[in-house]
Amino acid sequence: MELTWESLAFLIFSAMTLGGGFAVVTQRNLFHAALFLMLSLFGTAGLFVLLVAPFLAAVQVLVYIGAIAILILFAIMLTRRIMGLETTLNSQWPVALITMVILFVSLLLVLTPLGDNVSGERLNATFTEIDKESEVSDVSFTTVAAIGEAFSTRNGFVLPFEIVSLLLTAALIGAIVVAREDEA
Amino acid sequence: MVPLWMFLMVSAGLFSLGVFGVLSRRNAIAILMSVELMLNAANINLVAFWRYLNPDNIAGQVFAAFVFAVAAGEAAVGLALILAIYRNRQTVIVEDVNLMKW
Amino acid sequence: MKDILLDLGLADGLAAVLANVIGAGMLATIFLLIPIFTIWVERKLAARFQNRIGPNRAGPLGLLQSFADVIKLLGKEMIFPRHVDVVPYVLAPVIMVSAVVLIVAVIPLAPTIIGTDLSIGALYFIAVSSFTTISVVMAGWGSNNKYALLGAFRTVAQLVSYEIPMVFMLLLPVMLAGSMSMMGIVEFQSNYWMIFYLPTAAIIFLASNIAEIGRAPFDLIEAESELVAGYMIEYSAMPFAMFYLAEFLHAFLVAVIFSVLFLGGWQGPFAEDLPVLGILYLTVKTFIVYFGMMWVRMTLPRFRIDHMMAFNWKFLVPLSIVQLLVAAFIWKIMPEPDLTGNLIERWVNEFPRMAVMGISGLVVGYASLVMLRNYASQQRKHILSLTTTTQTYPLAVSPTPATGQSSVIVVTPGD
Repeated sequence: MELTWESLAFLIFSAMTLGGGFAVVTQRNLFHAALFLMLSLFGTAGLFVLLVAPFLAAVQVLVYIGAIAILILFAIMLTRRIMGLETTLNSQWPVALITMVILFVSLLLVLTPLGDNVSGERLNATFTEIDKESEVSDVSFTTVAAIGEAFSTRNGFVLPFEIVSLLLTAALIGAIVVAREDEA
Repeated sequence: MVPLWMFLMVSAGLFSLGVFGVLSRRNAIAILMSVELMLNAANINLVAFWRYLNPDNIAGQVFAAFVFAVAAGEAAVGLALILAIYRNRQTVIVEDVNLMKW
Repeated sequence: MKDILLDLGLADGLAAVLANVIGAGMLATIFLLIPIFTIWVERKLAARFQNRIGPNRAGPLGLLQSFADVIKLLGKEMIFPRHVDVVPYVLAPVIMVSAVVLIVAVIPLAPTIIGTDLSIGALYFIAVSSFTTISVVMAGWGSNNKYALLGAFRTVAQLVSYEIPMVFMLLLPVMLAGSMSMMGIVEFQSNYWMIFYLPTAAIIFLASNIAEIGRAPFDLIEAESELVAGYMIEYSAMPFAMFYLAEFLHAFLVAVIFSVLFLGGWQGPFAEDLPVLGILYLTVKTFIVYFGMMWVRMTLPRFRIDHMMAFNWKFLVPLSIVQLLVAAFIWKIMPEPDLTGNLIERWVNEFPRMAVMGISGLVVGYASLVMLRNYASQQRKHILSLTTTTQTYPLAVSPTPATGQSSVIVVTPGD
């Protein structure tokens, strides 16, 4: 992989994603952990831009950073009295660490050329080769309309879309009922 | 150019971090944040596979959008539960919520 | 720009990147300088509204007042209170300014002049606006001050709530234009401006945007008189100036976005041939909208917090949902007119569709106002029926004047 502007951007965004993620699981101060979560989510949005999915990148910023992370920050501020814990991690953290390492190494062996069983050449493929094959000319301008059509045509994803809407409504009502101040 | 497996590696690393967080953090909100990390790792995978292997089929992006919706619902309900527990028992430490434990 | 850099002997990729960086820097700098002027305009106008003179010492008409303020703020000490959480405390103003400046990227200034014509321009505007919420929360938490934290709580509640009608009303221009790109939305308005199709939506959009930038009558985020400026309370010198700058720039950019979405952006006579005219038209429209926003700010009192939330959730959100459904339905059933002829022909052909859309919007808006009026009068009757005693009682008695007669201010319940 030679160093182009694109790979440089990839390195920066993946460093943001992974560094933020690392800080989320290790930071003692929960408020800081939530801010690092935002950094990690922002890095992911950058990766989406690199993958030519601008719609998902914007939705990532809007929904994840603008709504979910803000909600988490809000909950942290509401429960701030118990922020100063003596220990951040529970007693089983060595086991968790071993599990994580085993999982990561096995994923690496399956997914990357580092392992033996690289399944096919396509894992090493780059944008340009793929674009040559499938003749997707201007991906960034076609995807938004394509997503809209996929959500609203019968051959597309109308039923899943409606079910997700129902799920969101149910979650909304459920959250309000659970978090209500008084039962009376 | 960035090959596909590098995106997969970032996603694998993020997922592993999330697993570690879920298994080892004591604070319920921190566990919720780790779950968000894992969902994000899944999203990176979905979009990367869509872009590299099948850019004509929009299903990859559509599924990622579904993950957003599910994550939003999960965060709302999860935080509501945490707030309810905090109101009743003055704690968000998962080990202290042991009423149903045998 | 790129050619000049190439002549200097730079590599092709580096030259392209540098050209982009320089262009973005120039655009951002121009927009960052605008608040220096708008702050002066705002102070002068506020003074006129309140029968004062306003700044008049530094330079002719006080024009140099803002420069004097900047120099003063630069020279002041940056205060770090003892218990602040340093990283969020310092980062908050930076994120605030950068979030606001990022909006500039998608504003079409003229047919050919735009930072970048993203295919998701409208969505991008909402997405980067949400960074301001984070900045306010960081400032409120980092200051470690109860007023600041209260301000942050209010901010989250207000900004997240008012985002809903704003996004709904942003959907309508996107739907009509069939494009999320800002350029596409402006080009759609070559026949009629969007505000003629969607009058009610435009008003809702402007109102919720005023709430988003936290201006009077929605300035509960700062609320100088009760929260002593809320999240900004611990800030001094340049960080304070950055918040101030971001606030005024955001207000200005909201006026620009409103002009772009609803007032036709750069559209106007001969704008297609002469891009400079486009910038002029956009500026004029923007300042008209900005003047309206200032007018609202000067003349309306601040909402109470529960009234503000009720206004959003019980009025704006249902109204915007109804408006969205009605507009979508009518847009679907109206036939697509022939839009190939010259301007006059296009005006005539497009008129029925525009008129039906506009009238339906006005009907929705008027019906909601009638319902609101009935509800309010019922409320008044209800409150009156609660107070059974009708006798008058003195609210305040002034000290007896020289005539020996005490003047009594009398208040009737339910007045």
